Amino acid sequence: MLYREAGQFKTSYASDQAIFPILQDRIGIVVILAVAFTLPLYADDFIVNAVMIPFLIFSLAAIGLNLLTGYTGQLSLGTGAFMGVGAYACYKLTTIWPDVNIIVWVVCSGFFSAAVGAVFGLPSLRIKGFYLAIATLAAQFFLEWCFIRIPWLYNENISGAIEVPQRELFNIIVTGPRATAETRYYVVLCLVVAMTWIASNLMHGRIGRTWMAVRDMDIAAELMGIRLLPTKLMAFAVSSFYCGVAGALMVFLWYGGAEPAVFNINQSFTILFMIIIGGLGSLLGSFLGAALIYVLPIALRFGPELLGLHMHAATVEHVTFMVVGILIIFFLIAEPAGLARLWQIGKQKLRVWPFPY
Amino acid sequence: MDILYSIFIDPFAQMIGAPDLLVQTLWDGLVGGMLYALIALGFVLIFKASGVFNFAQGIMVVFAGLTLVGLYEAGVPAFIALALAIAVMYGLAFAVERVVLRPLVNQPDIILFMATFGITYFLIGFGEFVFGGDPKVMITDDLYLPKGSFNVKMLGGIVNFQRLDIVAVVVASIMVAALAVFFSKTRIGRALRAVADSHSAALSVGISLEQIWVIVWFAAGLVALVTGIFWGARSNVSFALEVIALKALPVLILGGFTSIPGAIVGGLIIGVGEKLAEFYWGPLVGGGTDAWFAYVIALVFLLFRPQGLFGEKIIERV
Repeated sequence: MLYREAGQFKTSYASDQAIFPILQDRIGIVVILAVAFTLPLYADDFIVNAVMIPFLIFSLAAIGLNLLTGYTGQLSLGTGAFMGVGAYACYKLTTIWPDVNIIVWVVCSGFFSAAVGAVFGLPSLRIKGFYLAIATLAAQFFLEWCFIRIPWLYNENISGAIEVPQRELFNIIVTGPRATAETRYYVVLCLVVAMTWIASNLMHGRIGRTWMAVRDMDIAAELMGIRLLPTKLMAFAVSSFYCGVAGALMVFLWYGGAEPAVFNINQSFTILFMIIIGGLGSLLGSFLGAALIYVLPIALRFGPELLGLHMHAATVEHVTFMVVGILIIFFLIAEPAGLARLWQIGKQKLRVWPFPY
Repeated sequence: MDILYSIFIDPFAQMIGAPDLLVQTLWDGLVGGMLYALIALGFVLIFKASGVFNFAQGIMVVFAGLTLVGLYEAGVPAFIALALAIAVMYGLAFAVERVVLRPLVNQPDIILFMATFGITYFLIGFGEFVFGGDPKVMITDDLYLPKGSFNVKMLGGIVNFQRLDIVAVVVASIMVAALAVFFSKTRIGRALRAVADSHSAALSVGISLEQIWVIVWFAAGLVALVTGIFWGARSNVSFALEVIALKALPVLILGGFTSIPGAIVGGLIIGVGEKLAEFYWGPLVGGGTDAWFAYVIALVFLLFRPQGLFGEKIIERV
């Protein structure tokens, strides 16, 4: 009823090519942004700190992997390690030059991650599909080993972990144990919104189109004059940039410290789940997938208590594993193209409602 | 110069200076590689017959081992527990085919790959839920597996062989030979290869896909059970095995996804390679190289032969 495009005429090429051509979509985006930016005013610290901040960070990492796997078709299992590169780079930068604005270092750490990603992306020119996935596993295990065995990376700490120092931005404490949840939330939110906007523009421009051409068939893309090496390396670099920033944000604005184990292979798999459940090749899907995969275990943990059931903590964890496994299979059977596709189908139904088509 | 010396000369000097140590390292590598190869074999069986990259193979090994030990601990005699574990693996194959594979026929590879992740998660949760998360000791005595070790004097030193390792190598060789015969000589084996070549062509000559899939998953389950027994006997039956099972992936790359001999040769190369690297070159970089060495060998290898040692040549058409 409300979701109708009748009467909305496109009178210029610009409006015809708009990303959100329908007025209701634009209103929806504004509402979502407004809710996101005012959330700390009415949500409690737990929601902001333990749900929203990780959700946004995982979404950013999922966007990063989606640029590579969903848009360029290069399956990668090294996401966790690339996030780690970002986190360790940011830590080294801010301990060497403590006076520079921390946000600058968070963004700069992405460039280190991008460089490492491009190096490990080199084999992608010759290797495809699952073979490439296993090549990226080499990156995952090698980098993880570096995080453990190179003491310089964690400033020779005895614990082998990195501790986030306190950093201020315009006299407001942003990182470290004394930073409030709201401040950190706003920093993360601003960065995620900005980077999503950039990613969206990338995808609608020439770069995104060459990536998608490579994904659909790289030999055909090459015949059409797309140079494969720069295109694939760029995809690896940009994807790793996003993952690196997500990793830096994760350590600096969420955990407040990290061990190498944070960036292990399971982290890579988690993010891969997010984009597959959410939808390959969809920015919206990255957010939906992150929401489902991250929030679901939390909901499962608190669900039984709300229903009045008291279960042993270990049992809850086992049941969570089982339910997540079943849900992954269920979603794949129900809609292999992911939640983003379900959302599109829903919108289409709404547009023509009450008629079937 | 010191670095060059310690990389290029010193390790070889050590090898020549103490050949018994070299033989010991090679043997350890071979046995470790055999176990990687067994896991890789499970992958290859399923990939050959259904084109599914079965990520759950590692957890199937753990699950099979846990079922066997769990049943034994519940009071079932060892060999009945073994039979029941085989039955459980058949049930698993049947359930996977019915619940996961059949609804996902004709989906892209990555979707099926993800579905096996779902299976992995389910089996982790289910296994811990039923049998608990603690490491268990494999029932070697009740299965009449030998234990202990003996020393052989050779090359001016002593080389130590575990009896269990020898049995493992023998059993693995028999199993591989049996599978090779099964694939090339029997009716079902030929049907399996037909399915691997083309699903639709196989269907059109009256081969039942459902039946074939149950058979390959069951065969992979049996391989997993054998692997679980031997690996469990070497260390423990625990979920930590799942990460080690990832080592089967570089093995697959070396051997090629579709080749049974490839899985074996790849496993041996990786096993020996990483042991030698860790023993002779590991100390230079602070040890722990076996976490990534296998993957790097595979990566370097892929640059020269993208289809693996024995894989079928990849031909792409526009």
